[in-house]
Amino acid sequence: MSSAKPIRTEPRFSATFDRYTISEIQRAAATGIYDIRGGGAKRRVPHFDDLLFLGASVSRYPLEGYREKCGTDVVLGSRFAKRPIHLKTPVTIAGMSFGALSAPAKEALGRGATAVGTSTTTGDGGMTNEEREHSSILVYQLLPSRYGMNPDDLRRADAIEIVVGQGAKPGGGGMLLGQKISERVAEMRTLPAGIDQRSASRHPDWTGPDDLEIKIEEIREITDWQKPIYVKVGASRPYYDTALAVKSGADVVVIDGMQGGTAATQEVFIENVGIPTLAAIRPAVEALQELGMHRKVQLIVSGGIRNGADVAKALALGADAVAIGTAALIAMGDNSPALESEYQKLGSTAGAYDDWHEGLDPAGITTQDPELAKRLDPAVAGRRLANYLSVLTLEAQTIARACGKSHIHNLEPEDLVALTVEAAAITRVPLVGTSWIPGRD
Amino acid sequence: MHVVDLEQQSVRDLNAALHRLTPDTNETLWQVTNSGGKHAIGAGVDAPIDIVIKGNVGYYCAGMNKQASITIHGNAGQGVAENMMSGRVHVMGDASQSAGATGRGGLLIVEGDAAARCGISMKGIDIIVKGSIGAMSAFMAQAGNLVVLGDAGEALGDSIYEATVFVRGKVKSLGADCIEKPMSADDKTRLSGILAGAGVETVSPEDFRMYASARRLYNFHIDNLSSY
Ligand SMILES: Cc1cc2nc3c(=O)[nH]c(=O)nc-3n(C[C@H](O)[C@H](O)[C@H](O)COP(=O)(O)O)c2cc1C
Repeated sequence: MSSAKPIRTEPRFSATFDRYTISEIQRAAATGIYDIRGGGAKRRVPHFDDLLFLGASVSRYPLEGYREKCGTDVVLGSRFAKRPIHLKTPVTIAGMSFGALSAPAKEALGRGATAVGTSTTTGDGGMTNEEREHSSILVYQLLPSRYGMNPDDLRRADAIEIVVGQGAKPGGGGMLLGQKISERVAEMRTLPAGIDQRSASRHPDWTGPDDLEIKIEEIREITDWQKPIYVKVGASRPYYDTALAVKSGADVVVIDGMQGGTAATQEVFIENVGIPTLAAIRPAVEALQELGMHRKVQLIVSGGIRNGADVAKALALGADAVAIGTAALIAMGDNSPALESEYQKLGSTAGAYDDWHEGLDPAGITTQDPELAKRLDPAVAGRRLANYLSVLTLEAQTIARACGKSHIHNLEPEDLVALTVEAAAITRVPLVGTSWIPGRD
Repeated sequence: MHVVDLEQQSVRDLNAALHRLTPDTNETLWQVTNSGGKHAIGAGVDAPIDIVIKGNVGYYCAGMNKQASITIHGNAGQGVAENMMSGRVHVMGDASQSAGATGRGGLLIVEGDAAARCGISMKGIDIIVKGSIGAMSAFMAQAGNLVVLGDAGEALGDSIYEATVFVRGKVKSLGADCIEKPMSADDKTRLSGILAGAGVETVSPEDFRMYASARRLYNFHIDNLSSY
């Protein structure tokens, strides 16, 4: 009987020490440095999937699918700017730097956004001519690093976004590793080529809301009060940040949740700092409402927007517009299954590739390698992005019509229910099948 | 000469008038009175003109200046000449924090002292402070020269890139990756030029010590962990 095999249970993986966690411990032990990657939080957090629209019923009638008009346009910056921005769709392209992205990728973002009448945004690295030429509406970021900052670009921008933080890393500065600091990127940033560039996490010439108010005043003076001024924050204390941004004189507040992408940040930062996008919207909207500024100071929400339902839900919760980063890159060709064999060579797989900081992107998007960048045809990628943006708009419109709205901004929290108790509590809409709003009743 | 009295007119009126000037303007002499510590005076000027401000100014005076020569007969608040592109800004009194922050070109002269973070993230500007400078000056300074005739506060040049700092007096401490380096003939020529440009004749380059990047933090390395 001694030869009989012992009876064992199945090998069992720990929920706590799952495969990914074990591989990270092993990686850390081997290298002694934290893991850096691109993208946003990958863990599951409460999100737009946890909400549903009710649609029309006996008491509410829908609009006729393709015949009755459902507006999608939005005006941003009507509070103080002499020249507010008019967008045909409330889906905008978020700031992603030249440096993080290749020149053709930036051009494609401009082309795609322009084709559907929306805006695109520069990033931590300044404005390129390609980008300006191909973007009919371009938002220019003023970041702590101030790479490439200059008054001429401020004046040729259509709006200015003061970046306090990003959802992937509230409180963190930028990083761009040496592999991506090409000659052109280095020159635009006034840095030596090939070095690992760390950019500051705090603005060099202001700290706190009182200073911010004066900084905004200066930027308005330089641009003769023409351009809308946005303030972008990573979602952490959205109620207070929104109130302080309004008090500081912002025209538009941008709130970016923890699922929001980044070009390169420590994994531990991405996954553990900041709050989910869904949890940030109601506090921000409440701050605006209490100040009597809802719809006067516009709210843009970003972080994990993927489809028209997400757009519609963000608007129903009170946002005026949304911004997309990751989804725009995917639309242009990032993580395409067609590149599977190349992702395998990089130790990844299509759908999971996030080593954007390494600059080896086979899709030619998150790279500065001229050969790789050449693979991205800006006209083709721009068209793909335009298609995708059109789908987002059509989808959001479909939902709005089903809820009987002649404009997508008429969507409201009353059109929503929550699938989970958590989502009900944080979005202040009732749990599905009940009238219960946890924490309210 | 145009005189703008900021008790009679707003900063907006002043800046709007200054922004209307073209490179070939013949309205090249401007005087601003009753500046009263107001913010953003002369921000965003882009014309080869002279502006004389009689009094103290608030934050961001001469912000992003291009071409203009702006003289402040008083003290300057936070971020004077921030992100200056070219031209010249001359503070006859003291300057508050972040003087010349992120400046990309031109010359900033401070006759008195400058507070903390002088020359923070500077990107090509030359700054000369005839008094002393506060803590964290030249933090992450990328390019340009910071010249100090007096002393420097704590953590000078922390995480400095390719900018150069010259200090004649004492340095309280150096920040991460900032070290003293021997001055080359080129460095001396550059320093002499800045001294001469600021009308300093009695001091020679030999009186200064030079500080710049050790370039040890330019690429992430596990052995430097405690410095990040
Ligand atoms: C490749 C990449 C680069 C980025 N660069 C910047 C930047 O330079 N400045 C900034 O404010 N945000 C930056 N972000 C964040 C985006 O602006 C935006 O907040 C985020 O991507 C939105 O979330 P989403 O990716 O889930 O759509 C970047 C994001 C990505 C994916």
